[in-house]
Amino acid sequence: MNEKEWPLYEVFIRSRSGLSHRHAGSVHAADDQMALDHARDTYTRRMEGVSLWVVRSDLIVASDPADTSAFFAPAEDKIYRHPTFYKIPDGVENL
Amino acid sequence: MYTQGLDQKGKVVQSSDASESADQLDAFQKRVDAEDKIEAKDWMPAAYRRTLLRQISQHAHSEIIGMQPEGNWLTRAPTLKRKAILLAKVQDEAGHGLYLYSAAETLGVSRDQMVADLLSGKAKYSSIFNYPTLTWADIGAIGWLVDGAAIMNQIPLCRCSYGPYARAMVRICKEESFHQRQGFDIMFELSRGNDEQKAMAQDALNRWWWPSLMMFGPNDSDSKHSAQSMAWKIKRFSNDELRQKFVDVTVPQAEFLGLRVPDDDLSINDKTGHYEFGDIDWQEFYDVLAGNGPCNRQRIEKRGQAQVDGAWVRDAARAYADKHATAAAA
Amino acid sequence: MTVEDALQSYVLRLGDNALVIGQRMIERVAGEPELEEELANANFALDYIGQARMLYSYAGELEGKGRGEDDFAYLRDSQEFRNFLMVEQPNGHFGDAIVRQVLFESFYLLQLEQLADCADTRLAEIAARAVKEISYHLRHASQWLIRLGDGTDESHQRVKESLERYWRYAAEFFDGDDVDDWIQRECNGPDLGALAKTWRDNVEALLEQATLPIPDDNLDQTSFSRAGGRQGNHSEYFGFLIAEMQHLQRAFPGANW
Repeated sequence: MNEKEWPLYEVFIRSRSGLSHRHAGSVHAADDQMALDHARDTYTRRMEGVSLWVVRSDLIVASDPADTSAFFAPAEDKIYRHPTFYKIPDGVENL
Repeated sequence: MYTQGLDQKGKVVQSSDASESADQLDAFQKRVDAEDKIEAKDWMPAAYRRTLLRQISQHAHSEIIGMQPEGNWLTRAPTLKRKAILLAKVQDEAGHGLYLYSAAETLGVSRDQMVADLLSGKAKYSSIFNYPTLTWADIGAIGWLVDGAAIMNQIPLCRCSYGPYARAMVRICKEESFHQRQGFDIMFELSRGNDEQKAMAQDALNRWWWPSLMMFGPNDSDSKHSAQSMAWKIKRFSNDELRQKFVDVTVPQAEFLGLRVPDDDLSINDKTGHYEFGDIDWQEFYDVLAGNGPCNRQRIEKRGQAQVDGAWVRDAARAYADKHATAAAA
Repeated sequence: MTVEDALQSYVLRLGDNALVIGQRMIERVAGEPELEEELANANFALDYIGQARMLYSYAGELEGKGRGEDDFAYLRDSQEFRNFLMVEQPNGHFGDAIVRQVLFESFYLLQLEQLADCADTRLAEIAARAVKEISYHLRHASQWLIRLGDGTDESHQRVKESLERYWRYAAEFFDGDDVDDWIQRECNGPDLGALAKTWRDNVEALLEQATLPIPDDNLDQTSFSRAGGRQGNHSEYFGFLIAEMQHLQRAFPGANW
């Protein structure tokens, strides 16, 4: 007997048309089709979704928490990317 | 539902391992104090990881074992509506076990390993599920009292410092909102029923009241894990605080049902506004935890049998997937 | 036979099938091979209990004597139930459950699809709703049959035996009586002869994909087949299912729950 666990899949749900898929949780499944069924039976029991994605957890490429500052800090000082950086003169509309 | 403080006297959590520097621990504590959530890949003290893993896996096991006492009445539910409601509830418990195993898996332990620890007796689950469901009223009492106690425990866990656990708890609390009400609804119907039904309801309260109070875990003075868990924001309120809150809200509900809480020492303190209640039989609690409750053996045997019976099915699915993955790659 | 009588008998039969297979699924709770399958099994059982409730309620309205869903489920004796023998068989192992589900639902789905277009509006609505549920069940169970048939030697052997065990009960699906004739004729209901052919084609295609042999027994060969459910002649197992299910209603007559 080959006692190896079924692989883990991450589950993403689109709750309604117009919204993006959002991470909901995970399930174990032996194959992709089973993963979709398990995601459906586990995470959409209360009409939570209109579309499902499943992806094997080991196929996700993630950033390393050790790189957090190198990855994300450089964006901090570029406040001119945000509209609130700009002062709009009184009386100007539709901008 | 069903997380329980199972921490026992004498087992002190080591708050730091030798390889962890004071700076690391300090920085970690600062993050926690600032209500920043800790995520799976973040650095965390080994003891924090162990504490979480123990608590989340116990919680998951409790959900799964908890399916059994209620499942015991699924085939005998007295109406089709009650049958559907109870089945939906038992199914939720399977789902909640699944969410919690997933949260625990992010800490680096497989579900298979956790299940093996449950079956070997190494891992614990809530003591409450080692009591038998003898009548239909027990299904009402479990929903009303056991889920009621669980909600007290669980709402604060939605703010737990560990992100995956907190997120699982948010989903669980949302889904469980009907569980306690359906239990109360069963009790309410019985309390308005014939004499036999009323007696059934009273008998269920008599048997489930004290085990429900035990669900909050040992008194604060005997719970050594509590202080560290509170500092790490794994836990937000002490066992005794939550127990008091439970008694305060539940006693008036029992009165509404016309049922007597089985505690001769129960009385309201007019000054504090809180109920004062009798001593809990902690020996019973420790006996049940040690494996000597009425149903410990039965529960684990059934869970273990399902695991053994399903082995050929799990193997077949894997073999099929391997075969067809190879075929697709070729 | 009046219109109401025939329709009521037919609707009750549908309700009995749904309730009895649902009850068998409920017996499996906390015994599934993997946690995720617990959720699937409970979803299936919930669908069936829901269908039984709708069908029984409608049967009560057609009868017009004030009986409701629980009267039909809890206060009829076992011989008054009209479900197929297949759905009442004891559960056995996971492979048995999958085979039974595939064989029964391959028929039930075809039946419901026809009924969704039938002349009785209420029945058509209930059927249309059930079609959605059973389509998913059958897909899930069919995939499992393929995995088990084409999985390991052990799973192949086990599920082959399950198939041999349940196959003989399928003939009853197509063994119509005057109620079925009436529904087909007066209500634009299913043509059981045509259904039998489609059922056989679908099931054979699935078995081939699952690398499973088609059992030898000819479905038309009545000596091999097992029937009687629709006359109330059930298997010995059935009385226990009913006794367990009805226990509280029988022990406390007239009580509210």
